[in-house]
Amino acid sequence: MLTFNLLVAAALAYVAFLFTIAFIAERRASLGKVAWLRGPLIYTLSLSIYCTAWTFYGAVGFAARSGLEYLTIYLGPTLVMLGWWWFLRKLVRIGRSQRITSIADLISSRFGKSTALGVIVTALCVVGVTPYIALQLQSLTLSFAVFADAGGSEWVAGDLNAVALYAAGGLAVFTILFGTRNLDANERHHGIVLAIAVEAVVKLAALMAVGIFVVWGIAGGVEQTLARIEASDIAHWEQSGGRWVGLTFVAAAAFLCLPRMFHVLVVENDNERHLATASWAFPTYVMLMSLFVVPIAVVGLDLLPEGSNPDLFVLTVPLNQGREGLATLSFLGGFSSATSMVIVATIALATMVSNHIVVPIWLRSRGQGAMMSGDVRAVVLTARRLSIIGVLTLGYVYYRLSGGGAALAAIGLISFVGVAQILPVMMGAIFWRGATRVGAAAGLTTGFAIWAWALFLPSFGEGAILSARVLAEGPWGIGWLRPSALFGFDALDPLLQAALWSMLLNTAVFVVGSLLSFPSPLERLQGAQFVNVFEHSAGAQTWAPNSAQAEDLLIVAQRIIGPTEAQAAFQRAARAQGKAGYLPDVTPEFVQTVERMLAGSVGAATAHAMVSQTLEGAAVSVEDLIAVADEAAQILEYSNKLEAKSAEQERTARALRDANQKLTALSIQKDAFLSQISHELRTPMTSIRSFSEILREGGTDVAAQQRYAGIIQDESIRLTRLLDDLLDLTVLENGQVVLNQQEGSLADLLDRAVDTSGLRSGGIKVIRRPADEAIALSTDLDRLGQVFINLVSNAQKYCDAENPELRIVVRQTPQGPVVDFIDNGSGVPEASQEVIFEKFSRLEDHARAGGAGLGLAICREVMLRLGGEIFYLPGQGGAAFRVVLPKSQAMAAQ
Amino acid sequence: MAKRVLLIEDEPNIIEAISFILSRDGWTVHTHSDGETAADRVRSLPPDVIILDVMLPGRSGFDILRDIRSDPATQDLPVMMLTARGQTKDRELAEQLGANHFMTKPFSNAEVLTHIRALLAGAATPCDPAEPNLEP
Amino acid sequence: MAQMPRQPLFLARSSYRQRRLRDAIRFLPITGIVLLMLPLLWPRGPDGPGNGQVLIYIFSAWSFLILLSFLLTRRLRNDDAEEGNEPKAEDG
Repeated sequence: MLTFNLLVAAALAYVAFLFTIAFIAERRASLGKVAWLRGPLIYTLSLSIYCTAWTFYGAVGFAARSGLEYLTIYLGPTLVMLGWWWFLRKLVRIGRSQRITSIADLISSRFGKSTALGVIVTALCVVGVTPYIALQLQSLTLSFAVFADAGGSEWVAGDLNAVALYAAGGLAVFTILFGTRNLDANERHHGIVLAIAVEAVVKLAALMAVGIFVVWGIAGGVEQTLARIEASDIAHWEQSGGRWVGLTFVAAAAFLCLPRMFHVLVVENDNERHLATASWAFPTYVMLMSLFVVPIAVVGLDLLPEGSNPDLFVLTVPLNQGREGLATLSFLGGFSSATSMVIVATIALATMVSNHIVVPIWLRSRGQGAMMSGDVRAVVLTARRLSIIGVLTLGYVYYRLSGGGAALAAIGLISFVGVAQILPVMMGAIFWRGATRVGAAAGLTTGFAIWAWALFLPSFGEGAILSARVLAEGPWGIGWLRPSALFGFDALDPLLQAALWSMLLNTAVFVVGSLLSFPSPLERLQGAQFVNVFEHSAGAQTWAPNSAQAEDLLIVAQRIIGPTEAQAAFQRAARAQGKAGYLPDVTPEFVQTVERMLAGSVGAATAHAMVSQTLEGAAVSVEDLIAVADEAAQILEYSNKLEAKSAEQERTARALRDANQKLTALSIQKDAFLSQISHELRTPMTSIRSFSEILREGGTDVAAQQRYAGIIQDESIRLTRLLDDLLDLTVLENGQVVLNQQEGSLADLLDRAVDTSGLRSGGIKVIRRPADEAIALSTDLDRLGQVFINLVSNAQKYCDAENPELRIVVRQTPQGPVVDFIDNGSGVPEASQEVIFEKFSRLEDHARAGGAGLGLAICREVMLRLGGEIFYLPGQGGAAFRVVLPKSQAMAAQ
Repeated sequence: MAKRVLLIEDEPNIIEAISFILSRDGWTVHTHSDGETAADRVRSLPPDVIILDVMLPGRSGFDILRDIRSDPATQDLPVMMLTARGQTKDRELAEQLGANHFMTKPFSNAEVLTHIRALLAGAATPCDPAEPNLEP
Repeated sequence: MAQMPRQPLFLARSSYRQRRLRDAIRFLPITGIVLLMLPLLWPRGPDGPGNGQVLIYIFSAWSFLILLSFLLTRRLRNDDAEEGNEPKAEDG
């Protein structure tokens, strides 16, 4: 017989294993090896915390009691995942662009970073989820009790309580250890995510193992199992349509709204693409989880004595068959379900409690605002740790108070309906720009109140909180306020009618409240940001007074995200603005960046409050803007202008940057040119001097004399040409050039240019289309010809193709006829395209090709004088220059 | 046996002029005009004296000098550098890299001969400070 | 990606396919609701189908939906998912 101590040892070993895994994951993450931790598979598995002990153990009980209805709990999330394109994709995008830390943060942030809404949602979640945590503790203790029973030792309540206490304590340690290691929500909880992924595998494997054992080991095959179903108490399809639809809806809503689900779905999401995988992988997971539920239920009902708790069939059936190993595995599966749920739910709740309740209160109590306070970082972490302990304590106390009885078992669905109250506001938040803070608060409060009255308070049982009389007759005898039959509808199932009324009224109040109230500008801006997240993933515009000090912001940021990171972020921002040091200008964008940075740690509302306080801008709050602009529409316009203005500024800044780069490049080029010009002058001079000395010394034969004299002459011409070019350019630049108007045709001019460059004799191959060239010109043909000659000889000099080709293409464009000179060489590198027309510029690689790099500069000046244009044409496969012929002088031939 | 000089220069006219002057003085003149392969040429020859231009296609004279000086087989060869740029920093760089002499173009033929002979004799004349510094 | 007002009216064939693929993904949950709510139309009690049959039907429908989602999302192109905004100018 499996001893109880052995089981405890197994559980402890398993816990040690989880700690190790989490620890290794954190270690690897800190070494930057996170890729495998952030894959779609781990993401999908982490979603499995949806399947808690309540579903692990309870689904079988559910099936034993009400047939196939348990499936709705899994079908709801399946539909949500299948519809990922509609909701989850948007939620995840918003979550990332706004750095949302929890569902309370989402709602608060959307409705103008409202602290009040954050508190409401947090309260709702704490009230709704705490009993759920208690339920997990209960299932843990019950499963221990099963083994204790089987081992022959009857347990007393004290032992069970001790188990619950140890479990809660152990979970608190684990959660604090791995859940509050770092503050920035972007640095997610690798250790925890991996641990729950492992637990996901364990619980699926455990349930499948029990299922396979039941179907093939006990029933003897699929057909026999089906036969057993036909013969059982739940043989017939008697499902109530209302509950089927209603529970599916509630499960779907809870899947989106449960704080722990929001945490793994949105906050821990690393990549939107993972949703695509999870959209089929997660439904597969829950399908497998529910596959063997009915067989286990049916076989359990058959095998076990009348009155056995069907909630524990997963454990008791294997035990009954003497399969202790299987029972232990099953126990670990249930253990996994309970612990993973509690860990993530606690983190999610603690984040909300610390960000939306503790830190704001603490800030307010300091009075002086964020500036005066000490190390906020430590405070936030402490707040979060205390919140974790608080949440778990609450769960334990709830478990003790409720007595761990059957009342608790019903809490699963009640809890679902509770958190589902957030759904209307959440949908409004991401799809309806007209949703307002007032409407959201009213709707949430209404839904919360109805749920508490009709479901939550009665769940404690008669006389616990509501007296039997109130339950039976309504408060003060008002019958239509009876919790189980609101407005006199007692035909419906109590759960269903409570869900129906709470959701309906919640939605109605939310919508009407939104329609009637008027949003603050910040709300409207945030609304636009959320609803249109796909159009512009930029942040909301915030008001940043100019008096704000970057230094103050830095101080605050350092306290929250730590000095190193804050300084790095500020330095980055400063550099992006073109400033040195750590203090960027306090632009609206920068304020937003800081706010988001802080939001990742303390939530949007708190971050906003801190930044506003720091900027001394609390006075220039949004309310003041209304006074100035009296219509929120104007604020929107303002934000648009701001956007346009910042875009304009950015353009200007870019233009300045470009100019600066060009100047730097030019000044380098200018230095280079001076030594270049020296080189160009001295090189011919060297030959001239040397050969003239040789000739003067005499003693050479006549042929040599002639040859040397020829060299001297050539080099003199080369020198003269260089001086001519320099002079020409100076004249052109000073505008002293006299243009000589002539008539002629483009074809002739090109002919002449090709001839003069000596291309006919070989070297580069010239491709032309004479038909296009029949264009009459009326301009200074000598000057235009000079440009063409330059371009053609450039191609000859610089084209590095094996079979060099130059295409001269004449095109008609809206600007008039243009002539493109395109060669098949390697072209001009992009970086150099900017400067080739500057005088003195010459590409390094071609330093030897002759000329001092004045040709293109002269071309540009000439075209400028003629009233045309010349520029480099990128993307033509080789070097390509386009000459736009002078407009007024160019006429079509016919 | 005639002493060998390797002239690394890419201006054909200057090559011709220097070759003429040195051949007339009894030298065997080898010429090389590509920067990329110049160092290999030095190794394979190796000459008694090297005349090295700074601006060469493919590789600068300074880089080539660095190669020559870092190879044990060639590090002791006397090198005279030529440049048409004539900036002080070029001269300094050449000295730093271990050039035995540095001459600015244009030069007088006699000057070239004097220095080349001196280099061969091992009495490397230091860069002449009196030489006009033609930095622009 | 702020303002992209000029969406082309006609798309290349592959972009067109991607758009329709996204439409198909949008229809998935609707298909799911129809398939999974269908058993509610069946007669209840001893005259109707047994729970065994309903179970088989639901798991078949479930598997079908999963397979469909798998096939559709697998063909979804990465870049399109990133760009992912709702198409304003529907192509025809």
